[in-house]
Amino acid sequence: MRMSPIIWMSTIAIISGCTGNQSAINPKGAPAIHIAHLMSGIVAVCTLVWLLVMVMLVWALLRKRSDAGEQARERGLTTTVSAAVGATAVIIAGMTIASFYTTRDIGIPGEAALTITVRGQQWWWQVIYADPDPALTFQTANEIHIPVGRDVHVQLESTDVVHSFWVPSLAGKQDLVPGRTNSLLLRAERPGIYRGQCAEFCGLQHTHMAMMVIAEDPESFERWAVAQRGNSVNPGKPDAVAGQVAFIAKPCAACHTVRGTPAMGTTGPDLTHVGSRKTIAAGLLETTRGSLAAWIADPQTLKPGNNMPMVPLTSVELKNISAYMESLK
Amino acid sequence: MKQTIVLDLSKLPPHGLGTASLTWWGTLAFMLIEGTGFALAIAVYLYLMSLAPQWPLHAPAPDLLAGTVLTLLLIASLFPNILVARWAKAQDLRKVRIGLIVMSLLGIAPLIVRVFEFPAMHLNWDQNAYGSIVWVMLGLHTTHILTDLIDTLVLTALMFSRHGDNPRRYGDISDNAMYWNFVVATWLPMYICLYWVPRL
Amino acid sequence: MTPLDNVADLRDTDLNDVELDRRLASTWATPKGVWGALSTVDHKIIGRRYIITAFVFLALGGILSLAMRLQLAQPEARFIGPDRYNQIFTMHGTNMMFLFAVPVMEAMAVYLVPLMVGTRNIAFPRLNAFSYWMYLAGGLLLWIAFAIDTGPDVGWFADVPLSGPQYAAGKRADIWAQMITFTEVSALAVAVELVVTVFKQRAPGMSLDQIPLFVWSMLVTSFLIIMAMPAIMIASTALILDRLVGTQFFNPAEGGDVLLWQHLFWFFGHPEVYIIFLPAVGMVSTIVATFTRRPVFGYLGMVMALIATGILAFGLWVHHMFVAGLPRLGESFFTASSMAIAIPSGLQIFCWLATIWAGRPVFKTPFLFVIGFMVIFVIGGMTGVMVASVPFDTQVHDTYFVVAHFHYVLVGGAVFPLLGAIYYWFPKITGRMMNETIGRWAFGLIFTGFNLTFFPMHILGLQGMPRRIYTYQPEMPWSGLNMFVSLSAVILAAGFLLFFIDAIRSALSGPVAPANPWCASTLEWATSSPPPAYNFSRMPVVGSLEPLVDNSGALPVASGLFVDRRELVVTSVVGALPEARESSPGDSIWPLWSALATTVLLIWSIFTPWAVVWGSVPLAIALTGWFWPKGTKEDDA
Ligand code: HEA
Ligand code: HEA
Ligand code: HEC
Ligand code: CUA
Ligand SMILES: [Cu+2]
Repeated sequence: MRMSPIIWMSTIAIISGCTGNQSAINPKGAPAIHIAHLMSGIVAVCTLVWLLVMVMLVWALLRKRSDAGEQARERGLTTTVSAAVGATAVIIAGMTIASFYTTRDIGIPGEAALTITVRGQQWWWQVIYADPDPALTFQTANEIHIPVGRDVHVQLESTDVVHSFWVPSLAGKQDLVPGRTNSLLLRAERPGIYRGQCAEFCGLQHTHMAMMVIAEDPESFERWAVAQRGNSVNPGKPDAVAGQVAFIAKPCAACHTVRGTPAMGTTGPDLTHVGSRKTIAAGLLETTRGSLAAWIADPQTLKPGNNMPMVPLTSVELKNISAYMESLK
Repeated sequence: MKQTIVLDLSKLPPHGLGTASLTWWGTLAFMLIEGTGFALAIAVYLYLMSLAPQWPLHAPAPDLLAGTVLTLLLIASLFPNILVARWAKAQDLRKVRIGLIVMSLLGIAPLIVRVFEFPAMHLNWDQNAYGSIVWVMLGLHTTHILTDLIDTLVLTALMFSRHGDNPRRYGDISDNAMYWNFVVATWLPMYICLYWVPRL
Repeated sequence: MTPLDNVADLRDTDLNDVELDRRLASTWATPKGVWGALSTVDHKIIGRRYIITAFVFLALGGILSLAMRLQLAQPEARFIGPDRYNQIFTMHGTNMMFLFAVPVMEAMAVYLVPLMVGTRNIAFPRLNAFSYWMYLAGGLLLWIAFAIDTGPDVGWFADVPLSGPQYAAGKRADIWAQMITFTEVSALAVAVELVVTVFKQRAPGMSLDQIPLFVWSMLVTSFLIIMAMPAIMIASTALILDRLVGTQFFNPAEGGDVLLWQHLFWFFGHPEVYIIFLPAVGMVSTIVATFTRRPVFGYLGMVMALIATGILAFGLWVHHMFVAGLPRLGESFFTASSMAIAIPSGLQIFCWLATIWAGRPVFKTPFLFVIGFMVIFVIGGMTGVMVASVPFDTQVHDTYFVVAHFHYVLVGGAVFPLLGAIYYWFPKITGRMMNETIGRWAFGLIFTGFNLTFFPMHILGLQGMPRRIYTYQPEMPWSGLNMFVSLSAVILAAGFLLFFIDAIRSALSGPVAPANPWCASTLEWATSSPPPAYNFSRMPVVGSLEPLVDNSGALPVASGLFVDRRELVVTSVVGALPEARESSPGDSIWPLWSALATTVLLIWSIFTPWAVVWGSVPLAIALTGWFWPKGTKEDDA
């Protein structure tokens, strides 16, 4: 069954802004703040230089010319031009040094409070909170929680093509390169939801490869982590129970993991706690029962070309599975 | 615009030789292009080597025999090559004809030896990146031998035709000889890179 | 038949002016008709073709950009789906860089350099014809593929593995890589011709310090092409091999490396942008000198700046990879080297300012475009310096900030001077003047439209808008500015449209141009507009940087050349002392056959590696036919 386009179109329309903050000029994390300082300094200097050049240009074009004495004045030009070149050298040297120090300040510190592995996939983010104790390791997707005021070390990997991890309000971007591991320092100074988006062209749905970074106080973060580590909650309501059965019977389970159930697929995002996430399909839709239904009914229309196929379901199955998904808090 | 004649060029030769020849400079420019290509291929080789945990990747170092024979052959071919260039300069048609035949044979011989170089690498182009780069380097150089050989054959045919005895042809022959020197010269760093670097 | 027809070794010395022109014309002219058009080797005819073709590609690429702007004007617009959008921006970038910007600069040089150095044809004129056919074939390949929905969709730098065998099924990426081969072959050929023309065919007496600045800029550009293009040849060949025969260059699982592609591409890609920019610098210098009525201030400094930029260009490529995860210390080196480019660029800007200051500006359309260039290019240069800073770049890389940067330098730094150059040299090329009033309007619209279109992109980038996205959600704070940008693009397009209309109209019915309408000082203005097939009836002799100013009475010339074979003078590299009279090849159809054979080989090899074996047979035959002597006078020495 397919949901009629009108239903899912209106679903999209209802979804309210869950965009968080995605801006390099509104920094909320230490690295981004350092960079913003550097940026405003460089922009200011460059604007000034440009203005000076423009003043010279206008003057050179419009100045009154007299025939007398021009020869002598022209000799002064050599001095002026040399001075300007000298000034250029000094200015760029200054900017180079400033960049160098900023680079140092945003580098990876020796110790980090937390290390997260983010693996880019066409077109979603696999997020792994690894722990030396495998029992404490857990996975989620497209949503990263971090404790406020702590250095977080993000390890960046890719399973397919090059992606780029970019949460501008918190830090500059860094590519996820197949065959290599890159790293990035994240640190939020204030609680909030920070939106980020894949910044390296990675194919058809590069456009829809967003993620949310949720910075919260360390206690909430710990609570969240404990909840995520746990297996999925057993569905209570009858439609959700039926949904779970359908989910496991249908091809869904071949691609998705729901911990605590036989669903162990690894092609798609871990859905153990999908209902607790703010958005689904890498920032495409806010998580509601309606949007889940719209997504499951026809992922290829909402996000053309993505790697989840349309699985034929009856309307009842669809309703039940959506209820089940929503219940996975 | 009105003109005043200030210079008489009628005494100049009707065709430039050596550095006064346009084709000489053109050949040089093409050598610069291809030389850059060879240098980059070697750079790619070294780059891949720098990333690899061991080198060569999953293969023993190449057998030396075929590559070394080819190198010696190429170096030996320089002597007749230089002679051909000299005879071309002297515009000695008979000697040039003989020289070109010799050089044609000396163009074919390395191609035959080259056939044995590919298996001497002990792996195929599609097995890993090491295989890919060594095959491409050998292939790149083989194309150069081949094109110069075809050039030499065509020139040989020309020299036996009615167009042969002409300063312009002799110029072409010395440019061709210069290009062969280049083909030999570019092989030497490739040889070291392909056969000796893996043994370091 | 005049009695003189039978005289062997007829020289220009023996003839009066009318008879000389008649005989030179019959020796040099391209025969009428299709066959003549296909076999001509006249650098002016080929140059004109090249220029027109490149401008057609500009219009096509511009129309693609309008399609993108239509799609991006509103959030979640549905005019263009993701697949088509990806093809469109890839086509736009590839087309603008490889089919418009680089070829158009070379095309201008193919037309102008032989005239400016005072010779009768470019060196290796048949190679020149071949180069044009290759370029045309490459352009057709790309656009036909796009028309049948197999246009490349991996971005203009086709990063692996996205363009590799695993993630780019079909032939789209192969078409991109093979189009590269076509344009590189043609660009390299022209570069070789230009180097040899400038080194060996300068007018007697035109020593190194008397070479016009445009010619210098093309010389440096040609060397950049020669040193940079092999890198992309290697890269695109490796990509095709990975895709076609399973080599593992870019496959990390088998010892290959993803960043190897980026290194190779940008080792070419950064010089590429100066390959586009340096010719524009030469155009600006020429126009500034003419419209301030004095030579450019600091000739030696200008030449040094060109050479310094050319050398530095090879030390910057990593600044396109600042977020790829290379060692930080190494990256800082590339920050320093990238910023260092501001020194030669600044020197050039300051020298032009000094020239204007000391001269007497005449505000004609070409000069207006140069003023627009100064305003816009310096902004683009400043944003270039900004993105050269590693931390700065981590925030703006792959966002609309970078899109703004490169349009400021490409359009402001190269297209503005180019349009000025078209207004400037149009009378020489067509023999007719363009319309000054329409020119001012076109300039005004393009200047305003350009800034309104591209300035807001800086802000969009800082607000977090990545590039290469086919749409965005309404919640993102980008809709207002995007709509504004798209509307402004309409103004920009109107300006270009006006320019095209003016050019076409003027070519058909503009006022007839005199030989030297701008009172310019370089040699191309010493001959008629448009120049005769043989360019100069007698070879000019040069004794200064401004031969037409310093010899306002009569042009010093040399005599003693044959008139019944195509002949020109070869001079020494440094002092331009005459070394030989040299014949220049006659028309030939073989370059066209060779280009066709190469085209068949290259396109066929997208499908099977055996094409390289079988396809090289006709190619070898065509090349032999090309070089085999035909017993003409030009073959003799
Ligand atoms: C004509 C083309 C052109 C030109 C001339 C330039 C010029 C420069 N470019 Fe640009 N660039 C591009 C075309 C060009 N660029 C393109 C196409 C891309 C993107 C490719 C892609 O990703 O698709 C790009 C991308 C690009 C990047 C990568 C950004 C990224 O992807 O994140 C960087 C980084 O360093 C950079 C730097 C520079 C610098 C330092 C200059 C310098 O040469 C500028 C020097 C000039 C000046 C500085 C102005 C004049 C000087 C003065 C008036 C003196 C006073 C100045 C000071 C005191 C500062 N460019
Ligand atoms: C010289 C190079 C050049 C030029 C001139 C332009 C010109 C323009 N570009 Fe382009 N652009 C690039 C090079 C260039 N661009 C590159 C390299 C990229 C990166 C691609 C990639 O990411 O892979 C890019 C990317 C790019 C993007 C980003 C796409 C994305 O990331 O999703 C955008 C978006 O607005 C854009 C817009 C424009 C616009 C509006 C113009 C305008 O200036 C165009 C104005 C011209 C016209 C509108 C034509 C007018 C003609 C007519 C109206 C027809 C007349 C017809 C006849 C007489 C036959 N360009
Ligand atoms: C062939 C593999 C495959 C099958 C079968 C599949 N999915 Fe998916 N699923 C994916 C992939 C891949 C994604 C990520 C898509 C994206 O965002 O680009 C995804 C995403 C999702 C998401 C959003 C998760 C998030 O956090 O963003 C939900 C919910 C989901 N799938 C549910 C289902 C259900 C229910 C079924 C069965 C009816 C199903 N999937 C069948 C591969 C699959
Ligand atoms: Cu992932 Cu773009
Ligand atoms: Cu660059």
